[in-house]
Amino acid sequence: MDLSAINPVLLVASLMVAATPLLLAAIGELVVEKSGVLNLGVEGMMIVGAISGFAISVESGSPMLGLLAAVIGGALLSLLFAFLTQFALANQVASGLALTLFGLGLSALMGQSYVGIKPPAMSKLDLPVISDMPVIGPIFFSHDPVLYIGVALIATVWALLKFSRIGLILRAVGENHDAAHALGYNVIKVRLLAIMFGGACAGLGGAYISLIRVPQWTEGMTAGIGWIALALVVFASWKPWRLLLGAYLFGGINVLQLNLQAAGIAIPVEYLAMSPYLITILVLVIMSADKSGAPASLGRTFHASQ
Amino acid sequence: MITLEKRPMPSRLLSIATPVIAVVITMIAGGLLFYALGKSPFEAIRTIFWDPIFGEFAFYYRPQLLVKGAPLILIAIGLSLGFKAGIWNIGAEGQYIIGGICGAGIGLAFYPLNSFLVFPLMILAGAFGGWAWAMIPALLKVKFNTNEILVSLMLVYVAEQVLASMSLGLLKNPEGHGFPGSRNFNDYPSGNSWINEAAGLHWGMAFAFIAVIFAYVLLNRHILGFNIRLTGEASRAARFSGVNPTRLILFCLGSSGALAGLAGLFEISGPSGQVSIDFNVGYGFTAIIVAFLGRLHPIGILLAGLLMALTYIGGEIAQGNLGLPSAAIQVFQGMLLFFLLALDLLTNYRVKVAVKGVT
Repeated sequence: MDLSAINPVLLVASLMVAATPLLLAAIGELVVEKSGVLNLGVEGMMIVGAISGFAISVESGSPMLGLLAAVIGGALLSLLFAFLTQFALANQVASGLALTLFGLGLSALMGQSYVGIKPPAMSKLDLPVISDMPVIGPIFFSHDPVLYIGVALIATVWALLKFSRIGLILRAVGENHDAAHALGYNVIKVRLLAIMFGGACAGLGGAYISLIRVPQWTEGMTAGIGWIALALVVFASWKPWRLLLGAYLFGGINVLQLNLQAAGIAIPVEYLAMSPYLITILVLVIMSADKSGAPASLGRTFHASQ
Repeated sequence: MITLEKRPMPSRLLSIATPVIAVVITMIAGGLLFYALGKSPFEAIRTIFWDPIFGEFAFYYRPQLLVKGAPLILIAIGLSLGFKAGIWNIGAEGQYIIGGICGAGIGLAFYPLNSFLVFPLMILAGAFGGWAWAMIPALLKVKFNTNEILVSLMLVYVAEQVLASMSLGLLKNPEGHGFPGSRNFNDYPSGNSWINEAAGLHWGMAFAFIAVIFAYVLLNRHILGFNIRLTGEASRAARFSGVNPTRLILFCLGSSGALAGLAGLFEISGPSGQVSIDFNVGYGFTAIIVAFLGRLHPIGILLAGLLMALTYIGGEIAQGNLGLPSAAIQVFQGMLLFFLLALDLLTNYRVKVAVKGVT
């Protein structure tokens, strides 16, 4: 075992990369849940985003077009969920599961001819002097643009939820949909937009895995990140900045266990590989005592009878 | 202007008819999908739904129906109890894996002893393994109010790693020339789940039938079944009438875990034959579709399980004969659940078309 091979600066830089798909999917789901909808289809939307982004960027040669396609792909898939839960008034848990099962199948079907191909590389931020500075350079100033978009999204969602009228309406719908309806807000429309935002974010997160983090396409490559994102929202008590903290924590654990695997530590690979999932469970247990942050209408179906 | 009016009671007729309608619509949509993939839709649908039962090689495929249907039915029966009460165990795949490992572990420990006691012990161990794995989300939910959906799902990934570690390490065949995977149970008569291999009959199907009957009696004739239904339909009313939610959670998750564990054991000691990294093929997730398609009703699940087994077998035939990608069947199964959920609207609501302004 050679722990000195692990470079702390590179570790921090790569944990930020590992955390970004999680962060993107989770901030989308946070907005969805703030509107009172529980979408368990994050994993499905992520993997569909991963393959749509991958396919389009390989075909067009442009990673940016690929990311755009992933955003659209994720949002389109989430529309299925929106239709089921908002118009057909189906159970949200079952519909979310259906979305995940369908998404996993659909992505495998779409991705058949893309296995083993390398996508066009995404350019990274390269500022003169600053990006070359020791420690600060690799950690803060030499990532791909999506990573910064992720952090910016957290800040934007936080500001919108806290200070804007849109945020207030979203929270009202999520806390008490009957009261929001009585006040004249269009509950279905708000939730529809929130679900689509969630789908777009999850799609982007998925494409981040297939285009930037790995970068390659393999079936089922999201490997539960969508589900961890759902757990992360609980961990963060529905607060955007705690989401950032949580995502970096999970990214750190994942990168650390991969580094330990590579360093050949005496713990078998399988036990290291299961650690992110076990830690997710542990965190869920610790955070579950406090449900005060949960939107009151979360998971309940809204039907305006009058 | 289309309005929805909630029915005082879900329509019984539609509740039976919607799964059938959903299957028909899925066939049409699936046909379109297959057409988009460049296959003849009619031929594909015929290959999937007709050939396995009535085609030229049906004698070979019909037994497969039982082999693939048994685990689906076993798991789905267990899941349906929880789903009825609003307890969402979606980690059946993990319980299936752990049950299989525990049962197979007992069998391998006794190898090569020939005794009629070995297999019953394996069955007990399989059920125990699944039960214990499901007890993790159950106890966490009871003690800490942790979300059972996320915990049970996370445990699937953990179980997959345990499986990898077992088939490469502890349970690896010592005479396997270094290949991963355990000894093959088909070479060990005492630890073998087949009743009649040619007919596709193994103990899993027998247990599936028993589970269907038990679940039917439980839900229709027993106070526990009544409490499960009551909790699902009106949880506040259930609490006022003295239903203990803790016991209900432990029972629903525990029994679904035990049944999934059994399914895993029967699969390992029969059709799959050995503990190997990829012995699980997603039955635990497909069983969720089976449970909904069967309307969470034991008899419905029996039929739905066989239908879903048919799509697996038909999908394999279509893969070989028509070159239909295996993922297409997964999409097909996913679509089925979508249509089913969408059509449920008709069961619970009346759709009224009203002229705007005249209400």
